[in-house]
Amino acid sequence: MDLSSINPVLLIASLMVSATPILLAALGELVVEKSGVLNLGVEGMMITGAICGFAIGVNTGSPVLGFMFSALCGALLSLAFGILTQYLLSNQVATGLGLTLVGLGLSSLIGKPYEGIKSPTLQKMELPLLSDIPIFGKMFFSHDPMVYFSVALVAAVWAVLKFSRAGLILRAVGESHDAAHALGYKVVRIRMLAILFGGACAGLAGAYISLVRVPQWTEGMTAGAGWIALAIVVFASWKPWRILIGAYLFGGVTVLQLNLQAAGAKVPIEVLSMSPYLITITVLVIISARGNHGAPAALGKIFHASR
Amino acid sequence: MTQPLLRLTGLTKAYPGVVANSDVSFNINAGEVHALLGENGAGKSTLVKMIYGLVKPDTGSMALNDAPFAPPAPSAARQSGVAMVFQHFSLFEALNVAENIALGMENAPKQRDLAAKIKEVSHQYGLPLDPYMRVGDLSAGERQRVEIIRCLLQNPKLLIMDEPTSVLTPQEVEILFKTLRQLKSEGTAILYISHKLEEIRSLCDTATILRLGKKVATCTPADTSAKELAEMMVGETLHVPERAAGDFGDVLLNVQNLSLPAPSEFGTALKDVNFEVRAGEILGIGGVAGNGQDELLGALSGEVSSKNAVGLRGRDISKLGPQQRRALGVLAAPEERLGHAAVPDMSLTENALLSAAVRKDMMRSGFLHWGKAKDYAQEVIEAFDVRTPGPANAARSLSGGNLQKFVIGREVLQDPDVLIVNQPTWGVDAAAAAAIRQSLMDLAAKGAALIVISQDLDELMEISDHFAALNEGRLSAIRPVQGLSVEEIGLMMGGVHSGVEGAA
Amino acid sequence: MIRLEKRAQPSQFWTFATPFLAVIMTMIVGGIMFAALGSDPFEAIRTIFWDPLFSEQFAAYSRPQLLVKAGPLILIAIGLSLGFKAGIWNIGAEGQYIIGAICGAGMGLAFYPSESFVIFPLMILAGALGGWAWAMIPAVLKVRFGTNEILVSLMLVYVAENLLASVSSGLLKNPDGMGFPGSRNLQQYPAAANLEIFQSTGMHWGVLSAFIAVIFAYALLSRHMFGFQIRLAGEAPRAARFAGVRPSRIVFLCLGIAGALAGMAGMFEVAGPAGQITIDFNSGYGFTAIIVAFLGRLHPIGILFAGLLMALTYIGGELASLMLGIPSAAIQLFQGMLLFFLLATDVFINFRIRFSKREVV
Repeated sequence: MDLSSINPVLLIASLMVSATPILLAALGELVVEKSGVLNLGVEGMMITGAICGFAIGVNTGSPVLGFMFSALCGALLSLAFGILTQYLLSNQVATGLGLTLVGLGLSSLIGKPYEGIKSPTLQKMELPLLSDIPIFGKMFFSHDPMVYFSVALVAAVWAVLKFSRAGLILRAVGESHDAAHALGYKVVRIRMLAILFGGACAGLAGAYISLVRVPQWTEGMTAGAGWIALAIVVFASWKPWRILIGAYLFGGVTVLQLNLQAAGAKVPIEVLSMSPYLITITVLVIISARGNHGAPAALGKIFHASR
Repeated sequence: MTQPLLRLTGLTKAYPGVVANSDVSFNINAGEVHALLGENGAGKSTLVKMIYGLVKPDTGSMALNDAPFAPPAPSAARQSGVAMVFQHFSLFEALNVAENIALGMENAPKQRDLAAKIKEVSHQYGLPLDPYMRVGDLSAGERQRVEIIRCLLQNPKLLIMDEPTSVLTPQEVEILFKTLRQLKSEGTAILYISHKLEEIRSLCDTATILRLGKKVATCTPADTSAKELAEMMVGETLHVPERAAGDFGDVLLNVQNLSLPAPSEFGTALKDVNFEVRAGEILGIGGVAGNGQDELLGALSGEVSSKNAVGLRGRDISKLGPQQRRALGVLAAPEERLGHAAVPDMSLTENALLSAAVRKDMMRSGFLHWGKAKDYAQEVIEAFDVRTPGPANAARSLSGGNLQKFVIGREVLQDPDVLIVNQPTWGVDAAAAAAIRQSLMDLAAKGAALIVISQDLDELMEISDHFAALNEGRLSAIRPVQGLSVEEIGLMMGGVHSGVEGAA
Repeated sequence: MIRLEKRAQPSQFWTFATPFLAVIMTMIVGGIMFAALGSDPFEAIRTIFWDPLFSEQFAAYSRPQLLVKAGPLILIAIGLSLGFKAGIWNIGAEGQYIIGAICGAGMGLAFYPSESFVIFPLMILAGALGGWAWAMIPAVLKVRFGTNEILVSLMLVYVAENLLASVSSGLLKNPDGMGFPGSRNLQQYPAAANLEIFQSTGMHWGVLSAFIAVIFAYALLSRHMFGFQIRLAGEAPRAARFAGVRPSRIVFLCLGIAGALAGMAGMFEVAGPAGQITIDFNSGYGFTAIIVAFLGRLHPIGILFAGLLMALTYIGGELASLMLGIPSAAIQLFQGMLLFFLLATDVFINFRIRFSKREVV
């Protein structure tokens, strides 16, 4: 095995790229869960976002349009989830699973004609001055715009949740929908907005995989990233900055195992490719052994305003 | 006082199957404490929700300072100067005091300014509060303060209080009354909802009594006796439970050094609880909600196991589960009817099976005997006058009082040796409550040992032989009920029991 | 304005009616989708739901396939339904199915080429144990640490897929396979083959096991204390504890039974219709079974019919893809929609829809 073939600068840089989809999806799900809704359909929305963004990217030649469309598609799928869970009061776990199954079917249906095509991808955006810093410039400041966008979104979500009234109301709804309702807040409307935001984020996350990270369409290409995003929300104890840490740690594991595969490590390839999932399980166990502090109290509970 | 602050005219609100309010009219004046008195289900909550903008009346109108008043939402009511303190607090446990208060305000100032304001107002009214404390860590009395301060910060003209004293110790009640009198002297009107007659007589200037959705009378409570008020409220002369005083037998249940960690973040740890109950004895355990009542019931029923702490006739049963304890004759009826004592979506037959499978022989080597379960459900329904079409109906289709009768009846008819009940008459109308209390006393008279946990002190004084109070998971010294004064009870509930320890 | 009003009782009528309503709605929306894809919607629906059973041309082939496809779906869904009833969300049946297949096939191949009659029963046992063990991972983690079983069981699907890839080109690779990945074909190894019990009915041992599982589950849920406890745990966890139910026991049993049944399904599949362990041996039965469980109202008899219906959509889908060029992914979407519509119409069971002119806040 030739470890010297692994370049730490490239490793960190590609870590950020490989973490971005999970970061976006997990951040969206964080907002959804903060409002007290558990949407297990992240994987389905991601994969649909991946193909929708890819299709528009290929057809228009503009990855930016692709991203915008993917956010729209993700939000549309989440709208279905929202109508079912918020208005028709269906079980959130079952509906989320259903959303994933629908998303997987829908994406492979749309994706058939796009197999094997290359898409236009985002250009790297070298941040002036910062990207000239030796080593760190290449590592952190020489990425495509979505990487910066995702980090900025973390900061934005954090600030909104912590400092703004909207954030306070969102957290309140997630803590106790009955109390929020008694104070006159529109629980269902607030939750719908959160769900739509989560869907859009998942859509963007999917499009990042198909338009930037790979960039190609293959069936089932999200390969469980949506589920890992869900795990990272738990790992992060519902705190935005910890989502960033979690996603980057996970991105690191993924990139490292890919690099080890390439470097010809003496470990079977299958063991390396299953390692991200095993590590996710391990992390979940460690976190849950500590107790799930920070989970919104009304998470997953059905709200029906009686009388 | 010529012009009333709030005028209610002919308010009517019907729900499918029930008329919650029918043609209710009365006035509330500025600077008046106005009592709204009535039984559970008399329509008090619906009326208040209409004033607060949560429910719209079908017909009728309201006028605030002679201007038409029809708030489409609570926020509109708040803007017009109507504020409300809920019975079940609309608070968010994971948020701090200042955040909770900000959520109830239309134009909340910045956190820091708000915190300063909270400190100022809370001291002004003698209700000290730390704005940065997490609400989940506050006691019930402190939580109520949060609600009150939230209302006061908006300088309300009318303050609605829904059963405010049900969660307070007698001492805390005094503090609250002082605050309310201060508000009244400043010209704020208070609509005070309660069914505690003595309270109303000492605090309120006027009382409006509701029965079955209709206004029965408006009177001056100070000039009316508690008995008269009660009869107006209930509409019939009350049956007061009787009990034959008997001697106590052997110790059936004994608890020594029972300590358990808090089951959840906002639960209460039990700390070194000690007591014993004898055959024929009723031990009443009082205390403000959230001081370990649920946890104590769980430890006694077997839902939570402990170590060498719970004994039945000298045999250690602290490791046994609920079914094994039932087999030995230790039964329990938890406070929360829906979801703990009974499963809302299951039929009464299934709910009968829930706790009676062992003692009523409904199970043979794991296989269920549904016929017996149905018969037993029917037996409970008949013996306890549970109003329902039949045992096939879901538990959630019963009214609170009827389900409570079913839940208590289900345990009582199993002839327990030891029965632990938590809040046996919570939310039950007076007649049903009297029937439940009578059944508990009859059970004790037959030689069972009872532990009645309740927040209703009058109830405990009426039926128990001994009294103790839970405070932050500690049990006070146990005192005979005879000769116990309200002051002493208050001190026991407040946790100051060092002075009376030796007397027990 | 439309308003939901909670019923005093769950509606019996709607409990039965919603699956039918959902199927009809799926047919309508699916028809629109097929039309959008350029096929005649009526022909497409007929090809999927009618032709596999009744067309002279295809029925002879398709009818046995119905049982072949429905067998594993029912077997897995029965196990899942117990957990779903108890509020334990095992969504990793696909992984348990794979491990069951690997263990079952491994057991059989270990005896190759011996022809003892004990081999096949041993394989069933190995498959069940494999699936059980795989499901015990989320169970133990949930009970011991409170780890979310949804995420763990799902992650383990990906781990299982990697294991499958590893054994099919390693441990279980056919030594006479000229270097191609994949195990020996068990169908050509009589002692280990899961053969049809009756000729050309599709009725193999796995299908029989599925039927037995339906009967057992029915007795368990309606007549046995454990079934009652499962329902208690799902509907009101606190009441369950009050009734003396130990939550950890329910977790172990529900996940264990689901894992064992999924493992058995995998074993019957690899020894029968699939024949061998290959890298793409699994075909999503573990996920489709989730739909089957819900469509069958988590009720054993319902699951029996739902499994047959879902099998029909598989076969009909293949037929539609062959005859009309409808992409096979459309069927996957079709199945997902079915679950969605079912969940949407479920609202009728517990709520009455009211149309009122006045707005109620």
